[in-house]
Amino acid sequence: MFKKTLLAIALGGTIAATAQAGEVEVLHWWTSGGEAKSIAVLKEMVNDAGHSWKDFAVAGGGGENAYTVLRSRAVSGNAPASAQIKGLEIQEWGDLGFLADLTPVASSNNWDGILPAVVSDVMKHDGKYVAAPVNVHRVNWMWANKKVLDDNGIKPPKNMKELWAASEKLKAKGITPIAHGGQPWQDATTFESIVLSVGGADFFNDVFVEHDQKALESKTMKESFDEFKKVKSYIDKGAPGRDWNVATSMVIKGEAAFQFMGDWAKGEFSAAGKKPGTDYYCLAFPGTDGTFTFNIDSLAMFEQRNDDNKAAQMKMAELILSPKFQDVFNMNKGSIPVRLDQDMSGFDSCAQASMETFKATSAAGKGLVPSMAHGMSTTSAIQGAIYDVATEFFNSDMSSDEAVMKLSRAVRAAQ
Amino acid sequence: MTTHNAQASVLNENKLDGNRMSTSKRSKGIDYWLPKLVLSPTVAITIVFIYGFILWTTILSFTKSRILPQYEFVGFEQYVKLFLNDRWMGALANLAIFGILFIGICMVVGLVFAILLDQNIRAEGALRTIYLYPMALSFIVTGTVWKWIMNPTVGIEKFMHDIGFSGFSFDWIVDPDMAIYTVVIAGIWQSSGFVMAIFLAGLRGIDTSIIKAAQLDGASLFAVYTRVIIPSMRPVFFSAFIMLAHIAIKSFDLIMALTGGGPGNATDVPAIFMYQFSFTRGQLGIGASSAVIMLMGVTAILIPYLYSELRGEKQ
Repeated sequence: MFKKTLLAIALGGTIAATAQAGEVEVLHWWTSGGEAKSIAVLKEMVNDAGHSWKDFAVAGGGGENAYTVLRSRAVSGNAPASAQIKGLEIQEWGDLGFLADLTPVASSNNWDGILPAVVSDVMKHDGKYVAAPVNVHRVNWMWANKKVLDDNGIKPPKNMKELWAASEKLKAKGITPIAHGGQPWQDATTFESIVLSVGGADFFNDVFVEHDQKALESKTMKESFDEFKKVKSYIDKGAPGRDWNVATSMVIKGEAAFQFMGDWAKGEFSAAGKKPGTDYYCLAFPGTDGTFTFNIDSLAMFEQRNDDNKAAQMKMAELILSPKFQDVFNMNKGSIPVRLDQDMSGFDSCAQASMETFKATSAAGKGLVPSMAHGMSTTSAIQGAIYDVATEFFNSDMSSDEAVMKLSRAVRAAQ
Repeated sequence: MTTHNAQASVLNENKLDGNRMSTSKRSKGIDYWLPKLVLSPTVAITIVFIYGFILWTTILSFTKSRILPQYEFVGFEQYVKLFLNDRWMGALANLAIFGILFIGICMVVGLVFAILLDQNIRAEGALRTIYLYPMALSFIVTGTVWKWIMNPTVGIEKFMHDIGFSGFSFDWIVDPDMAIYTVVIAGIWQSSGFVMAIFLAGLRGIDTSIIKAAQLDGASLFAVYTRVIIPSMRPVFFSAFIMLAHIAIKSFDLIMALTGGGPGNATDVPAIFMYQFSFTRGQLGIGASSAVIMLMGVTAILIPYLYSELRGEKQ
């Protein structure tokens, strides 16, 4: 009897020691159809590894709601193991000392070798990995309805001039040239693509990453605003307040010809049963071919007190970068994997083209820039200031000169 | 037999009285403390969660706080930044336009409807319900419905074009200069029925003998209303004003649903500004200072009004 108990204790002890069943609580807002399916894969993989997954999904508002919840949890000393935080926000949380060091996982899995430097820089705080990248979205896409273009004898525009010529032609025929949703982040998404097109990648960096006052007040900036204002004459009256997916459906139905949106729009085309190349085009935003505005989703890891939970957290970080998860997640979500060595054969032509540009720009060390509109290039405070000016300019009769002045002033004030 | 019983019951009552007196003497403490004891959790909660947080917000507004509270004091820097922010000034201007028009028009419409309903008309109950019904909807529903009604590509404008009036134009909601007035329209639709109900109750509460006396003196119906009835409804005006003013100042959900603060920032109001800067932009310091300014705005309106009203009542 006594021996049996001893045996049981010993057995139980070994099992616990080998499995180290910990729990990871993950705060995220991947709640819509395709996204929820994507994150469920990670949950399964974590469970298969012998740990338990506690889902902490907060829907709505592009993460605003989740972010508010996260802050109150962190302040009360009860942060979840992991949260969907991206871009410069990772640095802000790192500065506050909340994030866990992932160096052991990163070095044993050679993260430095498989991730491009631009990506790993975002994931590191003080030289240490604190977050695991999930996917890469390309923002500077233009989506076009092939039938509308063919019917009107328009070739996919390669630069801004061709875009305006095509838009003029479509407008004359009574077709809305550009499907746009008039929300600040969509205005900013269009604006940043135009800045990239007009000024190029280096100028983009000077403005949205370095916030160089000279670049902000330059002639190129004024020209960007001029081009941005032109968009307004080619959108329809119902644009203000429209959600991005409603704008995408206008392109799908052929009510409009173009939309400027990141590659998450592809999910809408796929859901409608449309095929790239035959029903629609995925094109680089006119004049930005060979450059890549990236938007990386990532899961930041918060310092945990419990050792078992810590082990589970590390395991999850490792799983996030595994080829299998990268494959399944990104196929569902429309983005591309973060690993440069990923096999892309299962992906569609748009994702393959996106990956090619991603690899080329990251190898050349040129043309790969962080998206301002999606919080990759700057703090939320400066991003907000740029949003305010861009959207006010687009929705009023403000002159480009005034916009340039307001932009440089707003960026200075938010620094 | 009956007298005997009666005597007994009187005796009993005396006994009971005696008992009551003795218990109340003994438990004077409980009678005295019980209401205070029962109320104390509420008072404590109010002190902590209302006044405590007002104080905390005020303190934060003088700090450098970014995404989380921190206590490095910078004096009035956040207030300076706030008033140099174009968006904040725009939000204040919008609140002024919205507040004045919303409160003013709601009061006038509510009063006129109440007076018309007060003329002993048929089906008054049904009409009253119809006008009061929008109040049963949340501002989110009101905002969403009016968004569709006023949207030029699906709403009134499209309808008029479809039935042949192709020159018709009603695109205020997408026009940055006019969008704030669409918020006023939706707000009035929602709240004027409620104001009408308050006024109607006030009208019904007026002593009819005063009205009859005025009529005997030969006053016309118009004069009865302007000289006798409306002046005697001062407290009703007061409560309607307070209700509408707080709806106007805290207005957030209606605008979020109707225009989302757009086009651009054309319908931005302080509440939206405060929410965005505190919770989505990681500028807690500026958010807190805007909250303090809003509080000061409310107090600046209410205190003189309360003061004059309360003093008036005492006299």
